Amino acid sequence: MFLGPGLKRDLSIETKGLRRLFKGIPGKGDVVALDQVDLEVYDDEIFGLLGPNGAGKTTLIKILSTLLLPTQGEARIKGLDVVKQAPQIRRMINLVSGGETPGYGILSVKENLWFFSQLYGLPRDFAKDRITKLVDQLELQDYLNTRMAKLSTGYKQRLNLARGFVNDPALLFLDEPTLGLDVISARHLRTLVKGWIKTGGKTVLLTTHYMAEADQMCDRVGIINHGKILACDTPQRLKTKVAGGATWKIEITPNLSQPESVKSVQGVLGLSQNDNIETGITTLKLVLEDESVMSDLLSKIRDNGCKVLNMGKSEPTLEDVYISLVGTGLEE
Amino acid sequence: MISGPTIRKDLSNNLRAAYARMWVRLRGSNRDPIALASEIGLPILTIGAYVILYHAIGLPASAGAAVIVGGAMIAFWTNVLWNMSSQWFWEREQGNLEMYMVAPVSRMSILLGMALGGSLNTAIRALGIVLLGIFVFQVPFQVRDPFSVGLVFFLTLAALYSLGMLFASLFMLYGREAWNTANLLQEPVYFLSGAYFPAIYAPIVPFGLQVAGSLIPMTIGLDAIRRLVINGASITSIWPEVLALIACILILFPLARHSLNYMESLGKKEGRLTLRWQ
Repeated sequence: MFLGPGLKRDLSIETKGLRRLFKGIPGKGDVVALDQVDLEVYDDEIFGLLGPNGAGKTTLIKILSTLLLPTQGEARIKGLDVVKQAPQIRRMINLVSGGETPGYGILSVKENLWFFSQLYGLPRDFAKDRITKLVDQLELQDYLNTRMAKLSTGYKQRLNLARGFVNDPALLFLDEPTLGLDVISARHLRTLVKGWIKTGGKTVLLTTHYMAEADQMCDRVGIINHGKILACDTPQRLKTKVAGGATWKIEITPNLSQPESVKSVQGVLGLSQNDNIETGITTLKLVLEDESVMSDLLSKIRDNGCKVLNMGKSEPTLEDVYISLVGTGLEE
Repeated sequence: MISGPTIRKDLSNNLRAAYARMWVRLRGSNRDPIALASEIGLPILTIGAYVILYHAIGLPASAGAAVIVGGAMIAFWTNVLWNMSSQWFWEREQGNLEMYMVAPVSRMSILLGMALGGSLNTAIRALGIVLLGIFVFQVPFQVRDPFSVGLVFFLTLAALYSLGMLFASLFMLYGREAWNTANLLQEPVYFLSGAYFPAIYAPIVPFGLQVAGSLIPMTIGLDAIRRLVINGASITSIWPEVLALIACILILFPLARHSLNYMESLGKKEGRLTLRWQ
């Protein structure tokens, strides 16, 4: 969702010059997890943060959810300072981290959800209704009385998601929520989040590794690497920025022995390679300044001892945006 | 300024959270029959062994009664140490601590819930030990002032759980170090509080150790309860212990609160609050 200039929306999240350092290995200095992060996320928005492991996504979520203090700068949730007004903020938020299964294994799905609802002061009957609704939405009905310890990973993750929605938060942090979920469950979650945001007055900050997920779900996306926000806009606008150049898909075999030599070709903005072990074919995704670099590029690929099997221009995707900004693909 | 309704709502939310955590402790423990059996059964064996030993060496029956009371009370100390303080460590490992931190409730209310749930469970164990003493070993009890017994018991629990909250703050931030500290506190407290030996042995315990023991709320409470239920004493002879327990609560409770806030703040600053497997 993007509003034109002049139309002001309420800010849900605002950070200014946010910086977070962690103590590094002795003698190596501090690790910069976040570096001068300025971010604005609005009400009724699903905002996605894309970045590789260690980019600073989880650190940012931990600061915004009052679990970590910033080293410098400020962060506000609905105008409230995360450092000074944490108790007020906690009434409005919830956090779901993918791969985590908070709760008690010896308790059933229903009992766990009831317990977490009580941390938010939900009256008994109200909590019961909310849990019934969530259980229906996440298709947990058959497991209502099953102990958490006996659930599969996917169902534990569904329970974790239900827990995140139990207080109907104004702002929900989803940290890699589809991690470990099968395709159907992941699709289910996306539909649920998109439906929930339409109820109004809600905001979602989502971190993900999956480009398609960000593209499909997010109104705006921020690309983060080494603690810095490199770009922030709607997926469409980000793609348009890359469309000025050229995005190519080239299939080769075997894979590049020296990918750096290809990356160093003048005019190559970014390169990602995806190896298919079964077929032995490697797919290169390249973001180029323009097509004039193609002959140099192909000769470098041949210098690597590779044979070009197929090549073609492709429509820019969010992955191309990422490659052009970070220089490599997300999996590398 | 925080308004009256907000304070009332906060209080109500915190009480709900405490109740829910208490319920989790009770439900969880009672679903695990092996844990329940070992919780009640194993301490009974240890206590029984002491009572038989004291009987065999010809000590008066009141020595056995002292061990029964000691065994019943020490169960609450074990609960504080392992089922409340160190539970914080496991909550962090499971990812629950993070959820508690994000929720709009005080850490104190979660700990209160753990304490209440734990003490109700422990009460079953303590009752088992007392019943063993009365019906199997026929140790003599003479209770002339049940109100004072209740009062001292309540004050001892309040002081112990305040101490437990203080330890919990360590477990919030430290991992194995705090775990080892709890291990380190278990047997010395058993010894210093005199849980397993009757008062006639007290003179042979070095004075320094007696002083160290008297700093533990467990020792103070245990001493007062033994005099109330074995010697048939009344409140007039145990008021110094009552005052000492009140002093313990007045010192330990605010200290625990301060320590929890400090450790939380330090954890958030150093990024260690949600760090696992330290």
